[in-house]
Amino acid sequence: MQYFVQQLINGLTLGSIYGLIAIGYTMVYGIIGMINFAHGDIFMVGAFTALIVFLILGAMFYSVPVVVALLVMMIVAMLLTSLYNWTIEKVAYRPLRGSFRLAPLITAIGMSIALSNFVQVTQGPRNKPIPPMVSKVYNIEGISVSLKQIIIVVVTALLLALFWYLVNKTSLGRAQRACEQDRKMAALLGIDVDRTISITFIMGAALAAVAGTLFLMYYGVIAFSDGFVPGVKAFTAAVLGGIGSLPGAVLGGLMIGFIESMWSAYFSIDYKDVAAFSILAIVLIFLPSGILGRPEVEKV
Amino acid sequence: MAVTVSPERDVIATPVQRAVREAFYAGAIALGLFVLFIGLKTGQNISNELVLTTRWGLLAAVVIATAVGRFLYVAYGQPFLASQKIADVATGLLPDSVAMRFFRLPYFIAALVIAALLLVLASSLDGLLGPGLAGYARFVRALAIIYALASVLFYFRAFIHAHFSALGIAALALYPIIVVVSLALYGGSIAAGFQGSLKWVDNFGIQILIYVMLAWGLNIVVGLAGLLDLGYVAFYAVGAYAYALLGTQYGLSFWILLPAAGAMAAFWGVLLGFPVLRLRGDYLAIVTLAFGEIIRLVLINWREVTNGSAGISGIPKVTFFGLMTFNVSDPNYIAKVLNIATSSAYYKIFLYYLILGLCLLTAFVTVRLRRMPVGRAWEALREDEIACRSLGINTTTTKLTAFATGAMFGGFAGSFFAARQGFVSPESFVFLESAIILAIVVLGGMGSLVGIAVAALVMIGGTEVLRELDFLKQVFGPDFTPELYRMLLFGMAMVIVMLWKPRGFVGSREPTAFLKERRAVSGSFTKEGHG
Repeated sequence: MQYFVQQLINGLTLGSIYGLIAIGYTMVYGIIGMINFAHGDIFMVGAFTALIVFLILGAMFYSVPVVVALLVMMIVAMLLTSLYNWTIEKVAYRPLRGSFRLAPLITAIGMSIALSNFVQVTQGPRNKPIPPMVSKVYNIEGISVSLKQIIIVVVTALLLALFWYLVNKTSLGRAQRACEQDRKMAALLGIDVDRTISITFIMGAALAAVAGTLFLMYYGVIAFSDGFVPGVKAFTAAVLGGIGSLPGAVLGGLMIGFIESMWSAYFSIDYKDVAAFSILAIVLIFLPSGILGRPEVEKV
Repeated sequence: MAVTVSPERDVIATPVQRAVREAFYAGAIALGLFVLFIGLKTGQNISNELVLTTRWGLLAAVVIATAVGRFLYVAYGQPFLASQKIADVATGLLPDSVAMRFFRLPYFIAALVIAALLLVLASSLDGLLGPGLAGYARFVRALAIIYALASVLFYFRAFIHAHFSALGIAALALYPIIVVVSLALYGGSIAAGFQGSLKWVDNFGIQILIYVMLAWGLNIVVGLAGLLDLGYVAFYAVGAYAYALLGTQYGLSFWILLPAAGAMAAFWGVLLGFPVLRLRGDYLAIVTLAFGEIIRLVLINWREVTNGSAGISGIPKVTFFGLMTFNVSDPNYIAKVLNIATSSAYYKIFLYYLILGLCLLTAFVTVRLRRMPVGRAWEALREDEIACRSLGINTTTTKLTAFATGAMFGGFAGSFFAARQGFVSPESFVFLESAIILAIVVLGGMGSLVGIAVAALVMIGGTEVLRELDFLKQVFGPDFTPELYRMLLFGMAMVIVMLWKPRGFVGSREPTAFLKERRAVSGSFTKEGHG
């Protein structure tokens, strides 16, 4: 039982990170209907920015309280990563809007290759380890919960609450939902569609940057190629939950996290990704549009 | 919140003012993007801790270059293009295309003279200029020759366009002979010709043709049937491992295993096809991607059979249809049988013709299938699935045959790849490969065999050329390795080509069914499918 709860907590931590990245995928998909393949690399850029900010803080000040350091890392990473995603949208996706469906997919893949190789060229190909920032571990009745895990879950929960408020209660969120339902109609009603789409990309990148910072804090290491695997997992999570659905993305992220930690704990750690992908395929056989996704109504 | 749009500002501002503003924005954005990544570099010190070093000079250079580039484009590039358009309309003459302006007879003659002069004076110039400048001279010579050749091609463009397929196949068939003969003339001996041809035949010829074959195979699934497949490399892996395992364990010949590998890949294609029959669009994309990853992860982790990440080595070579071999130690080694000098180039040239044959087989099958009921059903499925069903087409078998046929060619290419490398490991079958193959199919114009071949030539040939750019070392210093920038440029090229030609290189389609007159239609009329 203890072992099970322990795995549940590990799964929750992992799932929170996947969920944060998955929101970026699902929002972009919802609003312009494209798979933003570069999103995993945006996550990696966020983690790298956090790493560099961490090193700057370490070099400039003798000692910084961990909370302050984490906050600064997160905020700078959110700002700069948003700038990256904003630029990418403007350069590579906007000119192709209204073009055929596979064209932005290919530019997204191209951007993904370019981004990871840009980081490799400028920062070197090696793994970048940092000393542990938070090392406290609580022991509750034989279950060990590290402070890192608590931070991840709390930050994710806070951000999701803020995000839910933004999407559901503000005019910005209303504009986003309107664009998602019908872009042309929204434009006719006076919504600046281009700006709304840009803001969607910025929001997705900010969440991915937070996920990157938390990833860096949790694992203590990042490399230029680390964007792909979490990116694909988050994409899987978004599809599993039903692409286009925000609660679905979080639910899917948590499910992937649980499947992974349970499979590694009870079966084999080597095949944890195979398990996650197989369950995705099985779920989609029975629910072809994901768990919370709206089935696509086809009009003739 | 009211959004005010003020177009007056753009109208009133002169191009230069606007350009200054745009350049300022571009510079500011570049500064924001690059301040941490180019301005600072993380490196390890002796005690293996990360330390930062600053590169402010480089950062400033990049930011200024971005701003200046944007300024020049907005201030001079855009007005120039616009005024050209107006001038062409005003004179009433048919506007010269950019290509017409680029290829002029005087330029052609000048290029020929420069190339000839530099070629004749090559040895004396080397002594005169020193090794550094001689590199530039060689570069200029190469440019002049390329320009002259391009001019000739441009002059005969109507003829080339009319007979493109036949000329292309002839050029491909003659390619190794031309390489060997010209290198033999250059090096002065036949042995030198064979030795020098290794790089050209293997790195360029075989490499590009493998991708052409893979892209033509994927084209059946994506271009004809309109099913987005992001895990195509899985079938390539199945074919490669089928040959590698059966060839090393049971010693079976390539000629038996080639169809076996194709059949096995086709079987896996059907296996993938079943669960995804009901899925559409991006759900299909992610499941195919997951399938590709599952195959790769199983290859890595099933160590007892696949030897894990270490891969399988010592894969037997292809024999010359069982009559001759390419192993020097064998009694029926080709050089012994034919009584000629030993060279490793024979095997590469043989492999080149083998993959060329496989490619032509793929093209032939695709062209013929498009005229058969199943091929027409694929294209109908791509255009409208519901209409398909209403007309009584069995969409299940149509989708499964598309997956199986595409997978089979992937399997053929895979077993060829294993035979060529002599070594396979899961690292060759990552998602990036699937992405590259898909990019070639889309850049080629989805469904157009010629366009796909051209796209493969440009993308794969282009990245291979980047391995050869040693003269850049003289420009940027000896630490500069163009190799590093290969994939960065590849990714950027993918974006730029797609922005430039969103419909791919070949924008028109030859319909297979027509009423009275066969007429090519624009690519924009074909759909790309939903599933």
